[in-house]
Amino acid sequence: MPVKSYLAYPADGKRDELTRSLQKLPGCEIIPSENTDVIVLITDTPDAEAEKSLEEQLQSMESIKFLTLVSGYEEDPMPG
Amino acid sequence: MNRRDMLKHMVAVAAMSTASALFPGIVFPNSQFENFISEESLTWKKSPCRFCGTGCGLLIGLSKGRAVAVKGDPASPVNRGLCCVKGYHSVMALYAKDRLTKPLIRKNGQLVETTMQEALDLVAQKMKETIDKNGKDSVAIYGSGQWAVPDGYVASKFMKGGIGSNNLECNARLCMASAVTGFMTTFGVDEPMGCYEDIDHADVYIMWGNNMAEMHPVLFSRMLDNQMRRGAKIIDFATRTTRTSMASDKSILFKPQTDLAVANAIAYELIRNGWLNESFIKRHTTFKKGKTNIGYGLEDKFAFTDEPKEASFEEYKKFLEDYKPEIVEKVSGVPAKDIRFLAALYGDPNKKVTSFWCMGMNQHTRGTWIQNLVYNIHLLTGKISTPGNSPFSLTGQPSACGTAREVGCFTHRLPHGEVTSEHDRQHAADIWKIPVEKIPAKPTYHTVEMFRALDRGEIRFMWIQVTNPMVTMPKLKRYRDATKKEDRFIVVSDVYPTPTTDIADVILPSAMWIEREGMFGNSERRTQHFEQMVDPPGECISDAWAMIEVARRLGYKDLFPWDKSNHVQEIWKEYSLFHQGLDHQMATYEALKSNPGVMWPCPDGKETKWRFHSKYDPAAKGGSWDFYGKPNGKAWIWIRPYEPAAEIPDDEYPFWLNTGRVLEHWHSGSMTRRIPVLHQAVPESYAEINPDDAKELGVRHGDKIRLTSRRGTIIIKASINERGVPPQGMVFVPFFDESLLINELTLDAFCPISRQPDYKKCAIKVEKA
Ligand code: SF4
Repeated sequence: MPVKSYLAYPADGKRDELTRSLQKLPGCEIIPSENTDVIVLITDTPDAEAEKSLEEQLQSMESIKFLTLVSGYEEDPMPG
Repeated sequence: MNRRDMLKHMVAVAAMSTASALFPGIVFPNSQFENFISEESLTWKKSPCRFCGTGCGLLIGLSKGRAVAVKGDPASPVNRGLCCVKGYHSVMALYAKDRLTKPLIRKNGQLVETTMQEALDLVAQKMKETIDKNGKDSVAIYGSGQWAVPDGYVASKFMKGGIGSNNLECNARLCMASAVTGFMTTFGVDEPMGCYEDIDHADVYIMWGNNMAEMHPVLFSRMLDNQMRRGAKIIDFATRTTRTSMASDKSILFKPQTDLAVANAIAYELIRNGWLNESFIKRHTTFKKGKTNIGYGLEDKFAFTDEPKEASFEEYKKFLEDYKPEIVEKVSGVPAKDIRFLAALYGDPNKKVTSFWCMGMNQHTRGTWIQNLVYNIHLLTGKISTPGNSPFSLTGQPSACGTAREVGCFTHRLPHGEVTSEHDRQHAADIWKIPVEKIPAKPTYHTVEMFRALDRGEIRFMWIQVTNPMVTMPKLKRYRDATKKEDRFIVVSDVYPTPTTDIADVILPSAMWIEREGMFGNSERRTQHFEQMVDPPGECISDAWAMIEVARRLGYKDLFPWDKSNHVQEIWKEYSLFHQGLDHQMATYEALKSNPGVMWPCPDGKETKWRFHSKYDPAAKGGSWDFYGKPNGKAWIWIRPYEPAAEIPDDEYPFWLNTGRVLEHWHSGSMTRRIPVLHQAVPESYAEINPDDAKELGVRHGDKIRLTSRRGTIIIKASINERGVPPQGMVFVPFFDESLLINELTLDAFCPISRQPDYKKCAIKVEKA
């Protein structure tokens, strides 16, 4: 049950496009900065496989310049 | 908010905090920070962070007997609710799958499980046998600045008051011993005079070899906030380009070791331009000189004692003639105009200046000298002990100050003062209710020499606690081989398997951080209490309690009469007796429990933010500055020259090797590498190499390269133009990765005064692998 956060940087001039694309992706929530192009992306996926496939989708997006993983929980830290 | 939403909120806040550190002034919608985790199911308790010496206040979210969440404590003056990525994930370090939970003893070469009682019996028996056969100085305890205060206190009382040996050292020797000797030689007492609030008052921050953006990110973000809000200036003075350089107003690079020369050149310029606070110098300082050509400690049993002699301002001024900016430019690579720029910042009477440093100045074969020289600059200008004017030495470990330095877990120290002082020994003997003769008056081995003594066979038993010397010792092979020699017995107390538990004869599983009660003391003299919040797993016990159990087995019951249920409170009460008086009064146990930390000295419950000035410090007399650590109340301005490093690149080994840390991993990585998100962020170590050097060697980013010194070799991936960029002729390697032990290559040269090794400078060659 991975939950992760990333900083996403849009390619030049593609902030709005990136925002729209991320909003459409299942399991993604975003918090765009108000005064820079940086977007905080939170991903919530059911398992490692879904997480991996989402990551691949993100990496292949043309509107993303680069993506940095910041924080995350691979598993529910409260088992039981 | 359900659990899943809470997790999402936590990772979002971590990302926003990181973005704030990377992009000064970045703003996110306010609503994202509101209503943060107020859900019903969690209980929140305060604790200092487990990791670095910044000592951020955390709130730990507890549910069903487990620590499940972390947020920054808004009530903590240290971090005001912020954390770095390590802090946010700190509780995950409690729960990795391979946690040590059972004691292990080595039988026929294999580690086998046993009970805690049997393991402690064996430790006591081996300790006794070794003492009986080889004398009391054949056993040693080696701890760290990760010890909570009660652990360090029990270790000191056990070794010095019980066994009667000064064979007690800790990893802090490798980390901040030069900071201590710097304070002692200039001011006569240890630890910074200022506090983190200096950041909010200073106009300029000058970082001396200190990559704060990665090593002290929460403090750095406070600096960036001040940079944005009120135009405070950040000056990075370093040997390589880092994330700190990128965020600074100006980045100045110097050649390794030449900070000594540049500091003297700044002093030269201050005098030449008349940028001195003459009345301050006259009233509050005195001039001294010491020995020169003092060596590097490379030989076993190296001995050095400095002999301070009186000097004069005129003598100092004459000495500085050799440090004209144009002369220093040649040795340091720092343009004369940049030296003048630095001098002008320090010399401007209308600017408040705070200098920060950490390992760059501490891990230095002239570590004591460089601290003296930066203090000189602050003393010449009178920029000290007032808000925003602070020479500020930062620490790396969570209780390097609170435990290692304040409790005095070094061969020469006592919980107050030094073993060489009859007065201090008597003081300790009175509190411990033992005959004074029991405490030996002579220090034995500092850390490097302690491991050399293990190699030579003078030490036969060593109990290593909460540190990982088989990753962190310089010139590692010699000291690893020492542990494996015939008739050596090594006990290791830790929380996870490490290269150090690999060489152990007994492994004691430790209760970690909030699995027991304790206190840490951070870089700004702030003591922070944490209660036991969760049960330790399996048979884990605190290091303090393990030592008490062994001490009792050796017949020292009277020294440790406390009950397990309240021993931490009792220890704090007894320990506080060592620090009575206006200059070092500690907070009461009750005050520590109810506050997000208290800065000492705190006579009458009032903490002291700036020491040595009567306006802020009740121990200071005379209406202004009073450096009461020195007999006449005057701080010492030292004449200290530039002397080269112990090993310098040559034709055969043409590169400098510089080692250090990364944001995501703490110390030797034994905890942070077990936190998936941190491990994933930086899964392995790497060698930063300058792009021009890489081109010449035909190396691309990610290619494997072989690094070789006179002591060892490793193969590691090259990192080009990534996180940090060294200048041509330098390679930088982080030390957190136990599978890429960079300390196989480093040199065990040390500062002859502090005995702290230099991990920043040795010579290597680089080849494409
Ligand atoms: S800056 Fe240091 S003390 Fe603060 S959260 Fe990070 S690791 Fe912990």
